[in-house]
Amino acid sequence: MSDLTPVVLYALLGFMILGSIVAVEIADLLSAVIAMGAVGFGLSLVYLFLGAPDLALTQVVVEILILVFLIRLVVQRKDTTEQHPPGALLVGGIMLVMGVVLTIMVMAFSDMHPFGSPLFSRTAAAPTIAFDYLREAVAQTGATNIVTAILLDFRAYDTLGEATVIFASIVGAYAVLRRVGRISKGGTE
Amino acid sequence: MSSGAIPFALSMVVLLIGLYAIIAKANVVKIIIGILITDYAVNLFLVLLGYRHGGRAPIVTKADLDTSGGVSMGFVNTSVDPVPQALILTSIVIGLAVAAMMVALALRLHDKYGTFDITRIRRLKG
Amino acid sequence: MTPHSPRGGSGMTIIVKSTTRIVTAFIMLFGTTIVLYGHVTPGGGFAGGVIIAAAFALIVLAFGKTLAGRFVTGTTASVWDSAAATAFLFVGVLGYLGGCFFWNFLRPPQSGRFTLFKLYSAGSILLSNTAIGMKVGMGLLGVFLALSVFRPRREEGEGHE
Repeated sequence: MSDLTPVVLYALLGFMILGSIVAVEIADLLSAVIAMGAVGFGLSLVYLFLGAPDLALTQVVVEILILVFLIRLVVQRKDTTEQHPPGALLVGGIMLVMGVVLTIMVMAFSDMHPFGSPLFSRTAAAPTIAFDYLREAVAQTGATNIVTAILLDFRAYDTLGEATVIFASIVGAYAVLRRVGRISKGGTE
Repeated sequence: MSSGAIPFALSMVVLLIGLYAIIAKANVVKIIIGILITDYAVNLFLVLLGYRHGGRAPIVTKADLDTSGGVSMGFVNTSVDPVPQALILTSIVIGLAVAAMMVALALRLHDKYGTFDITRIRRLKG
Repeated sequence: MTPHSPRGGSGMTIIVKSTTRIVTAFIMLFGTTIVLYGHVTPGGGFAGGVIIAAAFALIVLAFGKTLAGRFVTGTTASVWDSAAATAFLFVGVLGYLGGCFFWNFLRPPQSGRFTLFKLYSAGSILLSNTAIGMKVGMGLLGVFLALSVFRPRREEGEGHE
């Protein structure tokens, strides 16, 4: 886990960038969905190299279900989108704005702690919250997976809120997919 | 640009590509893909912030316990930051639930208007 | 749902069905292990719940939704989803036994009652993990079933757009 060379990380990030460009620009919708799946699996590999096996596991499974949902959406549906390219002025404007944004971001990143030495200091003299979690989690919760200890013990209230968000969006999907809607009953309106 | 900022910048490039899809594309499926790619990029950025060189996963093994039953300082000083990971773990699953809801909305749109093209959907409305 | 049988019913070929019959039990066992041992090894309720939902989705895809609908329907999944969400909240409220919300009421700190690296080592985290796993798994399964049952109105002959 400790031999993450920058080359591997850059290669995986380059793969993600390439995959997302393909996913955005390719005309066929099924190919776009599959390219997005490639981005997700690449992301899962990045998580694995970044020392986050929980996230890698979750990302792989979630990516599979997202692919099933999206393929369910695009397969056997006629795509009648007009293939007119957006105007050159629009694309140029968007590119310009994004270039400016990226430049500002890079300037901001240069002032932050560099990659590999996190913002959160871990000295006993000036302990941060991450330091305390790492040191106290096993004694206080008994969970040896520190991520789970934070998720379900120290910050369980956050998790309750996030479970509520998941519940809300699932109920929203039910509401959208209801068979009998107000529209079909009322005729035109 | 110092080399310490390159991974952050690359993840932000992914985010901007997703943002471009949301702004410039006329297809509902492409917009969904753009939102999901933006989601991935933000998750990746936050996990990148917590990484340390030579860091190991924040999972305690038997070798990391000292004699008094606590965690040894060697583990604390080499582990990556667990806090962003704990927050991103729920964010990934929220992304899946939101994707399911967006797919449901797109199915309804295609059902009603017979197309994925939002410019034509706008014209057909009313 | 499947491309081969737009009207549902038969599902996929016999090869896919046989493989599914063998593999699904192991996938669900794996998902359950991931949920229950989330406090020891990587994983936890979120990952394990999605794995369980994917196993059910495999059944629905392979056997068609009419046969799979005999075992689990969208309503059942929705009920289990809500019940698990309430159970998670209940675990949090039970924390008031120790004085505050989400107190780890089964395992007072510094107690030597449980040994580490075992199933019962982390007190109420096990209960929370189970509730979260069931909530995520059943919720996503319900959405998947709703998406697969959904059929455009044009096919039903009542669309008038």
